[in-house]
Order: sequence, then C-alpha cells, then structure tokens
Amino acid sequence: MENNIVEDVQNAQGDKEYPAGGAKGEDKDKEPRIIAFVCNWCTYNGADLAGTSRMKYAENVRVIKLPCTGRIDPLFVVEAFKKGAKGVLVSGCHPGDCHYTSGNYHSRRKYTAFRDLLSYLGVDINRVEFSWISASEGNKWVSVINEFTNKIKSLPGSSDIFSKK
Amino acid sequence: MARIGVFVCWCGSNIAGTVDVKKVAEEAAKIPGVVEAVDYKYMCSDPGQNTLRKMIKEKNLTGVVLAACSPHMHENTFRKAAVKEGLNPYFIEIANIREQVSWVHEDKEKATGKAIDLLKMMVEKVKKNKPIEDVRVPLTKKALVIGGGISGIQAALDIANGGVEVILVEKEPSIGGKMIQLDETFPTLDCSSCIMTPKMVEVYQHPNIKLYTYSELEEVSGYIGNFNVKIKKKARSIVEKDCTGCGDCWNICPMHKNVKSEFNVNLSERTAIYVPFPQAVPLIPVIDRSVCLHFKKGGKCQKCYDACGPKCINFDLQDEIIEEKVGAIVAATGYDLMENSLYGEYGYGKFKDVISGLQFERLLSASGPTEGVVKRPSDGKTPETIVFIQCVGSRDPEKGVPYCSKVCCMYTAKHAKLFAHKVHGSQSYVFYIDIRATSKGYEEFVRGTMENEGAIYLRGRVSKIYEDNGKLIVKGADTLSGNQVEIAADMVVLATGVIPKKGSDKMAQMLGISYDKYGFYTESHPKLRPAESSTAGIYLAGMAQGPRDIPESVVSGSAAASKILGLFSKSEYEVEGTIASVNKTTCVGCFYCKRVCAYSAISKEEIKDRNGNVLKVVANVNSGLCAGCGACVNACFSKSIDLKGYLDEQIFAEIKSLAV
Repeated sequence: MENNIVEDVQNAQGDKEYPAGGAKGEDKDKEPRIIAFVCNWCTYNGADLAGTSRMKYAENVRVIKLPCTGRIDPLFVVEAFKKGAKGVLVSGCHPGDCHYTSGNYHSRRKYTAFRDLLSYLGVDINRVEFSWISASEGNKWVSVINEFTNKIKSLPGSSDIFSKK
Repeated sequence: MARIGVFVCWCGSNIAGTVDVKKVAEEAAKIPGVVEAVDYKYMCSDPGQNTLRKMIKEKNLTGVVLAACSPHMHENTFRKAAVKEGLNPYFIEIANIREQVSWVHEDKEKATGKAIDLLKMMVEKVKKNKPIEDVRVPLTKKALVIGGGISGIQAALDIANGGVEVILVEKEPSIGGKMIQLDETFPTLDCSSCIMTPKMVEVYQHPNIKLYTYSELEEVSGYIGNFNVKIKKKARSIVEKDCTGCGDCWNICPMHKNVKSEFNVNLSERTAIYVPFPQAVPLIPVIDRSVCLHFKKGGKCQKCYDACGPKCINFDLQDEIIEEKVGAIVAATGYDLMENSLYGEYGYGKFKDVISGLQFERLLSASGPTEGVVKRPSDGKTPETIVFIQCVGSRDPEKGVPYCSKVCCMYTAKHAKLFAHKVHGSQSYVFYIDIRATSKGYEEFVRGTMENEGAIYLRGRVSKIYEDNGKLIVKGADTLSGNQVEIAADMVVLATGVIPKKGSDKMAQMLGISYDKYGFYTESHPKLRPAESSTAGIYLAGMAQGPRDIPESVVSGSAAASKILGLFSKSEYEVEGTIASVNKTTCVGCFYCKRVCAYSAISKEEIKDRNGNVLKVVANVNSGLCAGCGACVNACFSKSIDLKGYLDEQIFAEIKSLAV
C-alpha cells in the first residue's frame, strides 16, 4: 500500500486536506489530536462509564470503535498519523478478559513488533500508547487520556510526530 | 450516490446543554452526501423514531447517522425502526455525543467541535456500509453428550426430557463416572449409589437417549447445528442384544487373580470378562482383550463361551464406527486424580497402607472390596488411627498444581466422620492448609467432624512418613501451636489433587474448543457464559471445566442442557451478520487466518475447475462459527479477508474524516 511510509507521513503532516469543522483555532493552544482505537466490549464501555459518571477529561480524543483490538491494523495507526494525529491510543480488554478470547493478545504482539517499526521510521514511539481499560474503569479511561495528552504536550516539538535526536 | 439523513438528538438538556445541537445539524448538512440534517429533542421517543422513519421513506435515504447517546443504548431501537421502512439495519450508525461528549466536557465550543467530528466520522463510515444479512443456520435437533458421569447424565436426561434426542457416549463399559465409586456424599451423607443408580437406569431406559458405552469419539466436523461425529464403538466381544447379564461368564473366567479392578482403584481383582461393578449400566460384560487368555493364547480358552446360556459371546467382533449428525455437543469428560507417587516422602506405592482418598471411598463402600468394613490393605486389620493429608498436589505450584481442588476439604471431613462411625473409639488426624467449606451446610459439616467425631485438625504439612514396627510414623508440623508432631498411624489417606481427564486436551482439539494450561476446558465467558465453550454449539459441564462438587456438576449439566433446549427451540440459529468474509479471488491459501481464529471458524475450501481439478485452496469463513472479532483480517497478508460492518475502507474513511 505505502511505498515509503516515512515520506508519506511527513508529507501528509504538512497537508491540510480539508479542515475539520469544529477543530479550528491556533495551533499553540490546541490540544494535540489523539485518535483512539478501542474495542467495543471493554474500553468503549469504560469510556461510556466515564460519561455516565460525569467525569471530565480533555476533549482532544476521537474514538474509533472496533469489535476487538485484534481488529486494529497497524496501518490504521499510520493512517491516523498521516491525517494529523499527534498521538494514537490503542485500548482493549485486560489480558484474559478478551470478549473474543485472544484478540487482545494478537493486538499486543502486533503492537510490540510495530512499535519498533515505527521507531525505525523515526516516529516518536511516545506517541503511541497501548493500554487495557475494562468496562468498569471509567476513571482509568479519564486518567489515560489526560496523562497521554500531557505526555504529548511535553514532548519536544510537540506538533511534530517525529522524534528529535 | 449516498443519501444520508442526519439526526442530532438533544436528549433534553443532556446533550443540548453542552453541545450546540443546532450548529451540529447545520455543519452536518454541509457534508457531501447528507440530504437532510435535523435536530430533535428525544430521538428515542416514539415521535422521534417516527421522524426517522418518515425521513427514510420520504427522502429515500440510503444511510442514517444519529448523533445521540452511546450505540450500546439505542442502536437496536433505531435499527428496528429502520427495518420497518425497509432499510438494512446496518445502515444505521451512531455518533456517541452524550457519554463521550456532552457528559465529559464542559467547554461548549470544544464539545460542539468534537460532536461535529464524531458525526463526520460516522457519515463517512455509513457511506461505505454494505448491506449485511443476518446469518441463519439450519439446526439438526439432536444432541451429543460426551461423558457418562453425573454431569453428563444430568445433561442427557434434561435434554431428553425436553423432548430432544440425545446420544450419550461413554468411554468406560458402564456409565456412572467417578460419582458411582463414592461411598456416601457430603454434607448429607446420602449414599452415592442410592442416588446415582436410579439416574443411570433412567438414562438406559429413556426413549430419547441412545447410549454408547465402551465407545469413544473419533472425529468431529461441522459447526453449530450441523456437527458430523464419528463414534468408535469398541468391540465388547458380546452380542449386546442377547446378553442377560446373568454373570455365568465372569464367574467362570480363569483370569481372576491377575487383573486389578479399575472400579475398586486397584484394591481388588477382576476377571478378563467383567462388568466393572454389579450395578453397571448397561449390565453387559466386556472382554478385556489385553488380558483374556483366548486372545493371548490363540483361542485356546473359551470357558465363558461354553458357560454362556444365550451364546452371546463372539470373539470375532470388531470395532465399529458409527456416524451421527447432531446439532449441539456437551463436553462432560470429567477428571482424573494426580499421581500420588509424585510425593515420595508420603510413601504411596511403597507402603501399602498409604492410600488415596478414592481408595478410601472404596474401603468405606458396601459394594467395595471389603464390603464396607474398614480394613488395612496390608494385613486386613481394622485401623484405629488414620492420618488424612489434604492438599496433596493441590495448591502446590512447585510439585503439583497451583489451584485448589475444591472437594478434598469436604471429602476428608466426610472420611473422618464415616471412619468414626464405622470404627468406634478410633482417632483421625487431619493435616490441612486451610479449610474451604463454602457451600450450603458445608461449614457445619466440617465443624461436626471436629466437634462431634473428635477428629483432630492440624494446620500444617507432613514432611515424612516411614514405617516402624507395623505402624506408619507421620512426621509433620502443627503451625498453629508451633510444634513438630509425630503420629503413629495405622493408615494414611492422601487427598489427591484433581486434574483434567487424561486426553482432555486432545478432545478439546478435536472439538475445536479452548482449554487452559492444565487442560480444563475454558468457558466462553467465565462469569456470564459459564456453560458455553468458545465454539458455538459446544457446551461444557462438570469437572472437565475445573474442580467442582456434585451439586455444581449437576447444575452445570442442567445449564448446558437448558442452553441446548433454548437453541433448539427455534427453527434456525440466527447470528449477527457482522462477520468476516473472504475474497476468494485474492486469497492465496496461507491460512494465517486459521491460526489466529479462536473459534475454528476458518476452514479450507478447494476451488475446482469444471473438470474437478483443484485450482487452489482458499480460506472459507463458517458463518455459523464466526464471532466477528476481526483477528483474521489483520492476519491476512494478501488483504483478502474483511470484516462486515468494520470494513478496512470504513475505518480508513473514519480516520480520513478526522484530517486536520
């Protein structure tokens, strides 16, 4: 699909394909955009629970619901960065709790290998976060989002996804 | 061209209080493909749903996006409404702007921006939706139960009483399992054979149950509703229909000294032609060909044949393969006990009077080798002091297994109690780690053993057992008093840990169900789907899932039965259509997908030309088994599998809509 992911990602980061309706404003005070790929059974419900418990967290996260973290293709992560995400979160059921028995293990294994690849491509791997959030952990969802947002903000050159070496 | 309708729900002030719903609708209307965007106070109300239905009809919508509460709340509500207007239910998408926007953010402008983003994502997704049909699978209304122990028997009886045909397969010559070997059962002390034999007979006589004993499962293929099974009926060497169970054959068999009885756990002998125990069901003997002189000495001995009145002994019978078609399967394969010889310091195998708990059951039982009189295996004397050691193998990650075997605390208390009843003036000592007596009447039962029967409970482990002057000297620790103890015992009974039945892993592989590292079958969900295996149509019961007592085994058998009766109550099995599908043109047949599938839903399919030559082998998704997790999609190197409802292009469209 991609001949040169690095170039692609770099070019795409500069592009403004079409500006999103609501997300206008100065780059400086804008919260870094996070795209979260979450599973339908644990983390999505955990995020819903944060809502029903009226907890508050940073508004910069955009959730993409999938049946299972096992469905998450590493190319989704690449695509998210290409489309200007400053951080990508992958979150699913705790080990042993997967609704589909083993999807989260597949995802974890894939993530371990993919992290190195991303790093090799020059992407700062601090921008990819992997976590287990169960349906009862609304508070964990909130803290993961807030901490991840702060982590991205604290990175040198926070708007550039490539690591500074 | 997509014609998408957008509905922004206020949810009273729940959404409208934090999100500018009017603006969301305005922005939505600008998205290409959106024909109309409206906001409404309560979309889930009847008038709200009617608005939705009206617009689907009037604007001839091809897709609907609702910006509302979580899809887990009302997705079904809106899908049902859409179906009434002839729209495929999977063309409804929901942007979650309540739980994940209005309730968690305070800044109205930012919340509105996020709501618009989420809405856009869903509009882009719904544009790429394809109609999905729910899958309907025909059902063969017949069940297979593997294992004729108490849980298998319970499952078979419940299913059969529900009016469904059952095939019960048992490996041993008789049904009854481990329970029929027990003497009396805790905590009520009812005799095991008294409550078990009527059930066994009921199975045998039930018009809806076909019983195959001395038979094993050979092969399983197919899927929920449509399993094909092959059962190997091992050669009994008896023409079953003619046998009266009179016993003339086994009474005359010359091989009565050499073969240990499995039923009496090696405490007595049996003949080569035998029934495992007098109340066996069916009461038909079997010839153990590995020891029978006829088979070992080239046909010289045929005493049983000569003695048999109805002449039903046939040495030439062969194993038989029986094929059956069933719609559901219960795996109730039971358990084994660990090897006691693992603990050399206890001297099992070396000292005749160190026995296992199951052997002690046989010594207590009226149908046992001593007819219920407690006698030492070594010299036949009645023991006066018995030491019971609990947790032999259980809760011992180093040498045994880390889990608790659950039943040993209770049966040891029962053993001590029955011993006190049978041998007056006797003394029991019980070494334990913790006492786990958690079901109804259990705690009182153990307390009764301690207080009324005078059993002495010592919290600690035994370090060594040795023989001295006809006594077994048991050295151990009493950790509560901090003292070393030394007891001169006549007998030692080991409460050995429970492990899955030998071969349960092979069975699981044959059935395509998952099992844990010990070999116990794993439930589909440990709390909410305890009777189901990971594979649709295969249910679990009894100790094959893990240690449990008789009431729990009975409950699990009934649970599996009720699941099957529920499944069979419909004419077809229906599953959500959001499952994987293979592009057979691009599939290269590497079958990485098959490796990651937790549901055995992927099979090999041969693509043939018109002459029947195989062109290539590709993956095929069995819609009855696929659960729709999508793990195979990512395992596919050639991008030939996609997940309906979560297609790659849909996800990419969602991401793309977020471009900043």
